[in-house]
This record gives sequence, C-alpha cells and structure tokens, in this order.
Amino acid sequence: MDARRDQMESKRRENGNNQQEHGQDEPLKGTFASVLMLGAFIAVSWIGVFLLFLNRS
Amino acid sequence: MHIHRLEKLWIIIGTAMLVVFLVAIGIGAYAMGNHPPGHTSSIKLDPEKVYETPPFDNPGLEKIGENEYNAYIVAYIYGYNPGNIEIPVGATVHFYVTSADVVHGFNIPGTIVNMMAIPGEVNEMTYTFDEPAEYLLLCNEYCGIGHEYMATTITVKG
Amino acid sequence: MIQVHKTTDSKLSLSHILVAYAALTIGGICGMLQGLVRGGVIELPYGIGYYQVLTAHGVLMALVFTTFFIIGFLYAGMVRTTGPLLPTVNKIAWVGFLMMTVGTVLGVIMVLLNKATVLYTFYAPMKASPWFYVALVLIVVGSWCALVAIVSQFRYWKRTHKGKISPLFAFMAASTMILWFIATLGVAATVLLQFIPWSFGWVDTINVMISRTLFWYFGHPLVYFWLLPTYVVWYVILPKMIGGKIFSDSMARLAFILFLIFSVPVGLHHQLMEPGISPTWKYIQVVLTFLVVVPSLMTAFAMFATFESYGRSKGAKGLFGWIRMLPYGDVRFLAPFVGMLLFIPAGAGGIINASNQMNAVVHNTLFVTGHFHLTVATTVALTFFGVTYWLIPHLTGRTFTKKLNRMGIWVTIIWAIGMVIMSAAMHIVGLFGAPRRTAYTTYNDHPVALEWLTYERVMAISGVLLFIAIILLVISIVMMLRAPKGEEEFPIAEVNAAAGQTPAVLDKWWIWIIILAVLIVFAYTMPFIDLINSGPGSKGWVTW
Ligand code: HEM
Ligand SMILES: [Cu+2]
Ligand SMILES: [Cu+2]
Repeated sequence: MDARRDQMESKRRENGNNQQEHGQDEPLKGTFASVLMLGAFIAVSWIGVFLLFLNRS
Repeated sequence: MHIHRLEKLWIIIGTAMLVVFLVAIGIGAYAMGNHPPGHTSSIKLDPEKVYETPPFDNPGLEKIGENEYNAYIVAYIYGYNPGNIEIPVGATVHFYVTSADVVHGFNIPGTIVNMMAIPGEVNEMTYTFDEPAEYLLLCNEYCGIGHEYMATTITVKG
Repeated sequence: MIQVHKTTDSKLSLSHILVAYAALTIGGICGMLQGLVRGGVIELPYGIGYYQVLTAHGVLMALVFTTFFIIGFLYAGMVRTTGPLLPTVNKIAWVGFLMMTVGTVLGVIMVLLNKATVLYTFYAPMKASPWFYVALVLIVVGSWCALVAIVSQFRYWKRTHKGKISPLFAFMAASTMILWFIATLGVAATVLLQFIPWSFGWVDTINVMISRTLFWYFGHPLVYFWLLPTYVVWYVILPKMIGGKIFSDSMARLAFILFLIFSVPVGLHHQLMEPGISPTWKYIQVVLTFLVVVPSLMTAFAMFATFESYGRSKGAKGLFGWIRMLPYGDVRFLAPFVGMLLFIPAGAGGIINASNQMNAVVHNTLFVTGHFHLTVATTVALTFFGVTYWLIPHLTGRTFTKKLNRMGIWVTIIWAIGMVIMSAAMHIVGLFGAPRRTAYTTYNDHPVALEWLTYERVMAISGVLLFIAIILLVISIVMMLRAPKGEEEFPIAEVNAAAGQTPAVLDKWWIWIIILAVLIVFAYTMPFIDLINSGPGSKGWVTW
C-alpha cells in the first residue's frame, strides 16, 4: 500500500503537478460526513422497502 | 489523475453497500426461489386463439394438492376471466396469466402479486394467502378507455 | 468576450428553449388536470379523456421539453467553449430543429384528435394512427441532426487543437449526444421496423415483447440523457456560480464515461415483472444497473467537495461551516442546488425500483410516478430552470435583473414544495398499491382503494401549486425577453489546480464505445433470441 502510494506520488511529481507542494489532500471532512449521511439515507430507505417485500411475500 | 483519499473511501463504502443489496436480492431470488414473475419455457400462445389453447380453454381454478391450486386466468378489456375467485385461507395458488387482447396488469395490493399480462405470453407466479380477506385484484397497466374499471376480487375464506 | 446574441447560433439555442417552455406550459396544464381528476375534484369537460391528457403530458414533458431544452443548452455551451458553430454545423442544427418541431406538432395533433391515446410509451398491440409514429420518427431523426452537429463541432475542435484535452463542457456534450444516439437506435428500430409497417397495414401482426424490449433498451438511457446535461450544469457551471473551481476534471470525465457505458445495457430492469425473459438475464441487468449508481456516488462527492472547498477558501470553520457560505439568494444557484438535494431521495427510490424481485412492491404503482417526478420533474427541471435565468439573457443580449431573480426564487420555492408534497403522496400511496396511469376510481368502493383517496387529493392540491409556479416561470421568460439590454456571460468554471492532469485515455472515445458495444451485445443477445423464437404476433387494437 505504502509502496503504491510512493509510486503515485512520484508519478505525480513527474507530471509536473503542483499537488506535491501541499503534499496532503485538502480537508474534506464535511464532504465525507455529508456523503455518509446520503449513503445512510439510501440504506434506510432500501431496507425499509426490502422488509415490506419480505412482509408481503 | 489524482483521487482524493476520502473520495476513494466513499466509493468503496458506497459500492460495498450496493454489493450488499445485490447479494440480499440474489440470495432471495436464487436460494429462496423469490425470482421475479415470469419464465421463458412457457407455452407460447397465438394471441387470437387464447380460448382454444390449453390451459386457457378452461380458465379457472384447478386443485392440484391439499390446499394448492393452479389458477389459469385470462385478462381482457376490461376484466379477468374468471373473476371473483374464492379460495380457502392458507391456499397456495400458482397463477398463470395471459391476455386476450392488449397488455394488462395483474396486481393484488398488499401482496407481492404484481405482473404483466402480455398477449402471446404466459406469466407465472406463486403466492400463499395466509390472511382471510377480500383481496382487490386490479389492472395496473393502461389498457384503454375502461382501464380504471378493470378489477375483480379474490376472496380468501377463513 | 465574444458577442453571441443576435447571431444565428444564439437564435438556434433560443428557439429550442422557447419550444421547450411551450411544451412545459401545455404539459403543466395537463399535469394539473390529471391531479384534479385523480383526486376526484373535477371531471374533464367536452369528452376529453383522462388518458388523452396523460398521453399529451408524457410526450410533452418527457420527450419534448427535455429534448429541446437539452439540445438548445448544449449548442450554447459548445459555442461558448469551442467557438461559433461551423456554417454547415449550424445548418444541420436548424434542419434538426425544424424536423423535431414538425414532429412535435404532428404528434400533438394526433393526440388531440384522439387518434393516439396510447401514452408516451405507446405499448403494442395498442395501435395509434401511423402519423403518430411518423411524428416520433421526425423527433428522433431531428435529434440525430443535433448529434451530428455537436459531434462534428467537437471533432473540429480536436482537429484544430492537436494534443490538447478537450474542454470539459464539449466533452460532456458530445458524450451526452453519443449516449442519446446509441439509445435511440432501439426506439428507431421498433418504430421503423415494427410500428410503422404494422400501423399502415403492410403487415398484420407485431411481436409485442420485442417492441417492449426495444422500447426499454431506449427508455432507460433516456433518463440518463436527461440527467447528464443536469450533471454538466453541476460539474461545469455551478462552481463558477459560487466563485469556486471544478473539483476534478478527470473524475468528472470518468463519471461521464461510466454513465455512457453502463446506462444502456440495463433496460430489462423496466421489464422485471414480464414473462418471456429469463430471471438470470433480468438479474444480470440489475447488477449492471447498480453499477451505474457508482458515477452518481462520485458526483455526490464532487458536488459537496466543490462547496466545501469554496467555503473553506472563504474561511469557513468546523465540519459544516461551509454550508452557510453558499449564495442561496441567487436563483441561478438556488434552483440547481435544490434539485441536487432532492436527487438524494430520487436516487434512493431508483435503487429500490431496480432491485429485481422487490420491484413487485412498486411496479406500476404511483411510487414510480413519484420517483420520476423527483428525478426528471424536480432535479432535472429545477436545474434547467436555474440555467434559463441566465441563458436567455445571455442569448438575447439582456441583463439578468434583481426582479427576475426574485421571481426565480419564488418559482424555485413553489415548485420544490409542490413536487415534494406531490411526490411524497405518490410514494406513500404507491406503497399501498395505488396504480399509476389510472383515472379516478374507487373500484366499487373497495376498502383498500378508499384509503388511497386522501393521498390523491393531496396530489391534486400540489398540482395546482405547481401550475402556479409554471405561470410565474412563463411570466419570467417574457420579462427576460424584454429585460434591459446588456451582457450576461455563459459561466464556465476552471479546474481546481490540485486536481491533477487529465489522462489522455479519457478523451479516447473509440475505446469506450467498443466497451459499450460489447456490453450491449452481452446483455441483450440471449434475451432477444428467446423473444424472437416466441409464437405468433398480435393484431392491432384501438381501445380508447
Ligand atoms: C405541473 C407540474 C406537474 C404535475 C402537476 C404533474 C402531474 C402528474 C401526474 C398526476 C401524473 C400521473 C398520472 C397517472 O399516472 O395517472 C403524471 C405523470 C407523468 N409526468 Fe407529470 N406532472 C408535472 C410535471 C412533470 C414534468 C416537469 C415532467 C417531466 C419533465 C413530468 C413527467 C411525467 C411523466 C413522464 C408521466 C408519466 C406519464 C405516463 O404514465 O404515461 N411531469 N404527472
Ligand atoms: Cu388496464
Ligand atoms: Cu431505468
């Protein structure tokens, strides 16, 4: 995993990308929390209808 | 091409969720026999000769076991032949449905009986009626000017 | 900046957009009437049939409003990102516009004459007047002119900019039209090879299952044809609207390629309750359907990320501080943004619908109608409304005024509330089993059906609310056409510098089209062989 990361890092450097100047991804914690809530909403709705299906079959 | 660490994580989580859904319905279909209705090996009918082709030459209930029935039903504009079926509670019914004219629906609200009646094809599904009630059987595919009148009942006697 | 107004290119886009809104207005009247009839509030006068109105609503909304708006919008964006349309491209585009318009008028006339009350899905063996099918051919072939126009313009740019990655908008426009072309092959095949010979009486019968399968081969990618231009707005335009950047050019392209590949070989998920198709092929297409969810998950991340990174650049703190930094007072942002939020329940509903045997709970109930009023009539429509508020001023050389903005915000709020209430009622009553495409009925006062009435009344009320929004929208459009002269730019955002370079492979179409072709052949060959071997076909029926 680490080796792959290094490889990608060096590739990026070759590309002359300015990303390595920050080294780190920008902070997107809020985004991550938001999509997780979205995922939870999908899961809850789906499970609800799945249970309805089982109940009716 | 750079993908944000959290985006990768999200794609993995999201995809895993979809895989779980697929596995759940896959097990339901393949291990528990809960396939969606319809099969391909069925009798192919000439839509103009429905009433001359067995088993639809004699539509209705056929008792095949203790509290188990085959129901051969023809959907037509705007009704079901036969209508007003009566069965005892706990009966397992194998529905065989076709259409004598245009496409119709075959839906019993509150159950998972919901299938298309298509001319030239026979749709099939099995359902066990555990609750005594007067079930509504309705057409849920537009079939013409009288579509909203196309319904009958299935009475399950306690 | 290039002056675009008063050019033949700008007239081209504007014409498409005005036809789209004419369709939306008439379709909206139909929609309101449907709600009122189903809720038992009114009965239709003068022998107008419920299903006649419903056919008009489906055709005008799902086929005409969307197709015209999308094509008009994509032309404007091509001009913005690749320069004025080449003279031949412009000519082809006008020919396409004329064909589509003639097709629309002919189709609507046939519906008004009650010669084509077959709903917009025109399922065989109901047989409409042959001219209705000819109208559909005109609309589809007209839209192919737009394909030729946009792809030629795209290729011209590539030829004159050797070695460069194409502009993101142009790339997305071309992928949208390619998707549309591959999808419409199905509907063209069934209409040209089956419906037209049969309805003119040259052949006696039609293979019903093949016509349905070809229709749904088209019908599912059709919804992606609505969604992709919506995503174009979200990816390329919204970031500019808020003053931010495109989160990642390559991920955006990758998402579009995944849509292109996976949104076609999945049409059987509309036929899960049908005979004649083996359960295994149904399940395989269900799996492919779930794959097409992945690029939407990517899109959700990219959108939130665009907003968060903009908010943080403006000093937002905490986990959700950035949410407060967005320009909610600007309709050009607000409308697409609300559409985006409502795509969350819309998408969840879609996954439920596609879940193989679970489809039995919702198939042909109002749940499905609720679902696509959230997707196309809310997410897509609100995004297009938001675009309209700057695109018409941009095309006509007018300014987007404060007053227009206020009107637009009202339209957005009323539309969103109306659609949320209507769709919620439809989803709930659908789970109880209320059928879609059905006029007012209580099924002889059957107790099960009587329980549905309350929800159907709610649908009626929200339909009136939605119609009010359409009136405000039409007034805004008239106001836009008379707004003070000026310049409004076509907003195109820049890519975030941290996003990295776009790999050239993403711009290599032929690879993706070959993969798509292989998938289509894989997913459809066996089901088709089964269907071709079925028994005699059906004669035609006129049941209305
Ligand atoms: C004024 C706003 C609208 C109202 C009040 C409305 C209302 C309705 C109602 C009540 C139905 C269901 C009728 C039935 O199944 O019996 C329906 C169907 C439909 N609507 Fe809408 N709608 C509106 C806007 C839209 C928009 C903007 C679109 C798409 C862009 C759209 C697309 C459709 C489609 C495709 C159908 C299905 C037609 C069919 O089943 O053949 N609607 N609408
Ligand atoms: Cu019907
Ligand atoms: Cu679909």
